[in-house]
Amino acid sequence: MSSPSPFSVQRFIAIVVKEFIQMGRDRVTFGMMVGIPLIQLVLFGFAINTDPKHLPVAVLMADQGAQSRTLLEAMKNSRYFEFVREVHSEAEAQEALSQGAVQFVVNFPVNFSRDLLRGDRPVLLVEADATDPASTSNAMGSLNKVLEQALKHDLKGPLAFLDTSAGGAVDLRIHARYNPEAITQYNIVPGLMGVVLTMTMVMITALAITRERERGTMENLLSMPTRPFEVLLGKIIPYILIGYIQVALILLAAHFLFQVPMMGDLGLLLLGVFVFITANLAMGITFSTLAKNQLQAVQLSFFFFLPSLLLSGFMFPFRGMPVWAQTLGEVLPLTHFLRVVRGIMLKGNGLHETMGHLWPVALFAAVVLTIGVKRYRQTLD
Amino acid sequence: MNAMNNHLVIDVKDMTKQFGGRRVVDHIGLQVRPGEIYGFLGPNGSGKTTFIRMLCGLLKADEGSGTCLGYDVIRDSEEIKLQVGYMTQRFSFWEDLSIAENLDFVARMYGIKKRREVVSQSIERLGLTGRQRQLAGQLSGGWKQRLALAACLIHNPKLLLLDEPTAGVDPKARRDFWEQIHQLAAEGLTFLITTHYMDEAERCDRLAYIAYGRLLANGTVAEVIDSAHLTTWSVKGPDLQKLTLELRHKPGVQHAVAFGSMLHVSGGDADELERSIAPYRKSPYEWTLIRPGLEDVFIHLMGQSQDNFAS
Repeated sequence: MSSPSPFSVQRFIAIVVKEFIQMGRDRVTFGMMVGIPLIQLVLFGFAINTDPKHLPVAVLMADQGAQSRTLLEAMKNSRYFEFVREVHSEAEAQEALSQGAVQFVVNFPVNFSRDLLRGDRPVLLVEADATDPASTSNAMGSLNKVLEQALKHDLKGPLAFLDTSAGGAVDLRIHARYNPEAITQYNIVPGLMGVVLTMTMVMITALAITRERERGTMENLLSMPTRPFEVLLGKIIPYILIGYIQVALILLAAHFLFQVPMMGDLGLLLLGVFVFITANLAMGITFSTLAKNQLQAVQLSFFFFLPSLLLSGFMFPFRGMPVWAQTLGEVLPLTHFLRVVRGIMLKGNGLHETMGHLWPVALFAAVVLTIGVKRYRQTLD
Repeated sequence: MNAMNNHLVIDVKDMTKQFGGRRVVDHIGLQVRPGEIYGFLGPNGSGKTTFIRMLCGLLKADEGSGTCLGYDVIRDSEEIKLQVGYMTQRFSFWEDLSIAENLDFVARMYGIKKRREVVSQSIERLGLTGRQRQLAGQLSGGWKQRLALAACLIHNPKLLLLDEPTAGVDPKARRDFWEQIHQLAAEGLTFLITTHYMDEAERCDRLAYIAYGRLLANGTVAEVIDSAHLTTWSVKGPDLQKLTLELRHKPGVQHAVAFGSMLHVSGGDADELERSIAPYRKSPYEWTLIRPGLEDVFIHLMGQSQDNFAS
């Protein structure tokens, strides 16, 4: 008789098959997994507005004149805009915008100041990442006023003939990118995909081990030659399928109910979903090894779900939050997944832009699953 | 890998387990021979389940050494698991899986070759061919127990650890169950069975009695009875209840317990006991000196252990 192998495919399959059958028998849970996305879609049909300040801005500065500096200064003083980087080409500006590194790109064209003083009404182009209308609308709304006041202050004496009223000396053009009509559903519905997955995936697996323990079947499972990895992974697999069912429901609703566009590649989105689901299931199964009973498991799930909901940028614009909250938010998979899903659906992001937000999710999954495997006890001690 | 050089299926000593500073199993040693049905008796909470769990690697022993099926009982629990069938006290198969699915799951876990064949044979042997799709949770206690036994046997273990297998099972099912046990033992399987039933204890080849985590007696039924050095009188007569109350406080009377229409009065010191009962040995009471039964001995042992360990 040889000693048992560290990982047996057959035992792993045994667990997977068992979990699938049990999942199928548990009609209430199954119904809940399908019902939750639908209910959430209905409940979150409206948006939550706040007024975030200090939004990161990139400047494309082709002009060296004094007036462009004045205007930049004025925008900064409005506290809505924070200039975080200077870009040197339109392509660079686009990349910063689509990756979500900045919310706005301000584009001062060549000879801006000169044209301004001549009364030629130079174009000032402000491009906004309007994926989430709530986080940009106030800043955009303030722009006209900010410019007008700055110019009024600057254009005095011999320059007073220049019209400083809105639409006067400067031809301000705002491009609300990705979601030009500022339809909140465009932002909320893809985000909901992440929220629903976080809520259901964590909770369902959090119950997985505690249920075995409470029903007394854990003792039986442990008396068989099985390894932690086989059990944990075997219990995760069936729920990946459930996750995809939820994603399909939300995508269908997004398309037919809310007319949310799908700019990017569906395949890429489904890949992103896979990483995200795995991260949440890993979190759940790890909770399951920590919790003593099913009630604790549910409580732990909520403990994870609430910050995810509040700090990920779903409920409130991410950039409207204080730094400590943003730091905390960066740890959560949902934060990154929101950028992935919104990026792909609304901005048409490709693999390159997506990877930047996907690896933190993968890292989270790996770390959490490792903790789970370490915490899983092979004995009843 | 150790060969089974000592011919004992279980050969352990000084097995100890503490929970929160309390020794639940306190230096228990046990030797079980191949093909033997070994009974494990003791009051609730005496450490029987904990001891069995240590044998099959479900609990880590704090102390102790020895072998189970030739493997180191502390180190080689994964190897031991492959050859041991453990039937838990509470039904621990999946109630939302059918009979066939449960057996199939177990067969997969042990990597059984020709799995389908083995499973359908097992169902046939159980006599459940028509009901294999029924959910395990819908079975009656007796059937659950038969299913659990069948599942424990699927990987052809050499040793079966059965923890109160007949608790809550009706007498007929209990008798059938024991017949099956004897048949399997005759085929060479070794059993360690915990039970509270005296009739079951008497069906064991040898037994051990433990209380408060300590082994108080072991051997064959006759050996256990003899080693207690107990003198037991059986009394017949009217109003035995009154007699019981009076006798209980006499010196030398360790216990006076009703057995059906009779009263058993026992004590360790035969002479002292005889002196104490002398005033009552008259009409209408009818006294007979009998050989104590297992139950007398166990009640005696339990009483003694309470004196020794209870605080």
